[in-house]
Amino acid sequence: MRTLISSLTLTVGLLFNTSLSLAEEREHLVVDLSAHQVEITAGFNGAELLLFGATGGKGDVVVVVRGPTESTIVRRKDKKGGIWVNGENMRFDNVPGFYAIAATRKLDAFLPWELAKDKEIGTDFLTLVPHNGKGDAVATRNFRDALIRTKKKAGLYANEVSEVSFLGNLLFRTDIKFPANVPVGKYSVDVYLIRGLELVEIKNTPLVVKKIGIEAGIFYFAKHHALAYGIFAVLIAAFAGWLAGVIFKKK
Amino acid sequence: MQIYLPIAEVSVNVFLLLGMGGGVGFLSGLFGVGGGFLMTPLLIFIGIPSPIAVATEANQIVASSVSGVLAHWRRGNVDFLMGTMLLIGGVIGSSVGVWLFTYLKSLGQIDLVIKLSYVIFLGIIGSLMFIESLRSMLKKNSQAAPKRKTHGWTRNLPFKMRFRKSRLYISALLPIGIGFLVGILSAIMGVGGGFVMVPAMIYLLGMPTAVVVGTSLFQIIFVTANVTILQAVNNHAVDVVLALTLLVGAVIGAQFGVRAGAKLHGEQLRILLALMVIGVCVKIGFDLVVQPDELYSLGVGGH
Repeated sequence: MRTLISSLTLTVGLLFNTSLSLAEEREHLVVDLSAHQVEITAGFNGAELLLFGATGGKGDVVVVVRGPTESTIVRRKDKKGGIWVNGENMRFDNVPGFYAIAATRKLDAFLPWELAKDKEIGTDFLTLVPHNGKGDAVATRNFRDALIRTKKKAGLYANEVSEVSFLGNLLFRTDIKFPANVPVGKYSVDVYLIRGLELVEIKNTPLVVKKIGIEAGIFYFAKHHALAYGIFAVLIAAFAGWLAGVIFKKK
Repeated sequence: MQIYLPIAEVSVNVFLLLGMGGGVGFLSGLFGVGGGFLMTPLLIFIGIPSPIAVATEANQIVASSVSGVLAHWRRGNVDFLMGTMLLIGGVIGSSVGVWLFTYLKSLGQIDLVIKLSYVIFLGIIGSLMFIESLRSMLKKNSQAAPKRKTHGWTRNLPFKMRFRKSRLYISALLPIGIGFLVGILSAIMGVGGGFVMVPAMIYLLGMPTAVVVGTSLFQIIFVTANVTILQAVNNHAVDVVLALTLLVGAVIGAQFGVRAGAKLHGEQLRILLALMVIGVCVKIGFDLVVQPDELYSLGVGGH
């Protein structure tokens, strides 16, 4: 029901925007990033991007950054014969490799539960479904929690909601931080404008994280010409060893 | 100063890597061992994924054994024929080892197997070395050379060959077999395998101690080269940036180690090495027995 209402609001909003006065133009949510590409170079140790925009009116802003999805296996250790061994496991498809969130206020102050669930705002609402579908609900819950906990520990999922700050009434900004182990690929940055418990507008802005320069070259070489890469690795090591032997012989 | 490792996909302090290379290089120069058994657990400990630690360490050992062999070769301490027999077995064994490694990785049990191999082999070798060197320290006077005898049944094996440098006339199947077994270990543990190979050459083959280290290093070059190439092809797990950074530290550290080693008594060195081997074994064994803080771990899913 609420989705219906919100989509109605959106449609109505759009209608008004296109046909009516200039004053209504201001209702647009405008968003941009300081850069649309995070470049991983040899000295890469994490990055920070500035996201900024204007709301064109009152309301709260939520920013969600999602990394490329991948299939992930969660394994649990069990004690077998006195030692801890990987036992049961569960595979989740479509696990975002990165998930960060920022908002103008505490989420529960302005974000309805249904909306958060629908748009997967917050790690609690990520739809992570085991690959085999069915299974014990409690076990699934445990594996899912462990997945999120581990991602948080690795700095890949946001531990808490960071701050979106307003500059004046209409302009807002937030910093998006990426750790050094950030996965490469296509990201999506979604900005939600929420007013009076209703979703007013969504803006999506693209973002790419990629290796560049020598890092990218080595990675590509290792993945696509694995045999040549292996031989190259051996030759370079043998040469380095020989060089060291010659240098230190003279001393 | 951080350095981003392109294959491991983690960012590590470059001075930490150089320091680790230097420290392990020093110890390997001091004791005349490859140091893989120290470096691989250290890499895993600082957060390098274990397949990458094992594969990259094999790559680094190629370099350290090349420079080691050069030194021994100049002194004429390499039995090339024996080394060739060992490496034939070693190349086959390490190929089997990498295949096993890839299979165990897909089962999610590679970490366990790596750790268990460390506990078992370091435990056995460390204890034997410790007892042996303690015994010879206690009765210093009777410094008998290790007994050079081959076991009865091995005399009846076919394909006998004459190894002039080692002054041996034994079946080629013996070094090939030993090379094979050590090759498997080398691939799974990310080590050169010298710590198993050297005692095996002395006690099982009966080789004179003078040529043992040089010959062992000679065959390690080929076994670790084979492991590097197969790991690169099967698991995309060789990080050249990591290997080269460690290498720079290791090469320099080893030179200081060799000099320091010359000042210490042989028996003291061996007892120190034994203690270190046992130390690594106990640490890894302890981690297997104690309940980990986090029971869950993540792996990359299939397609």
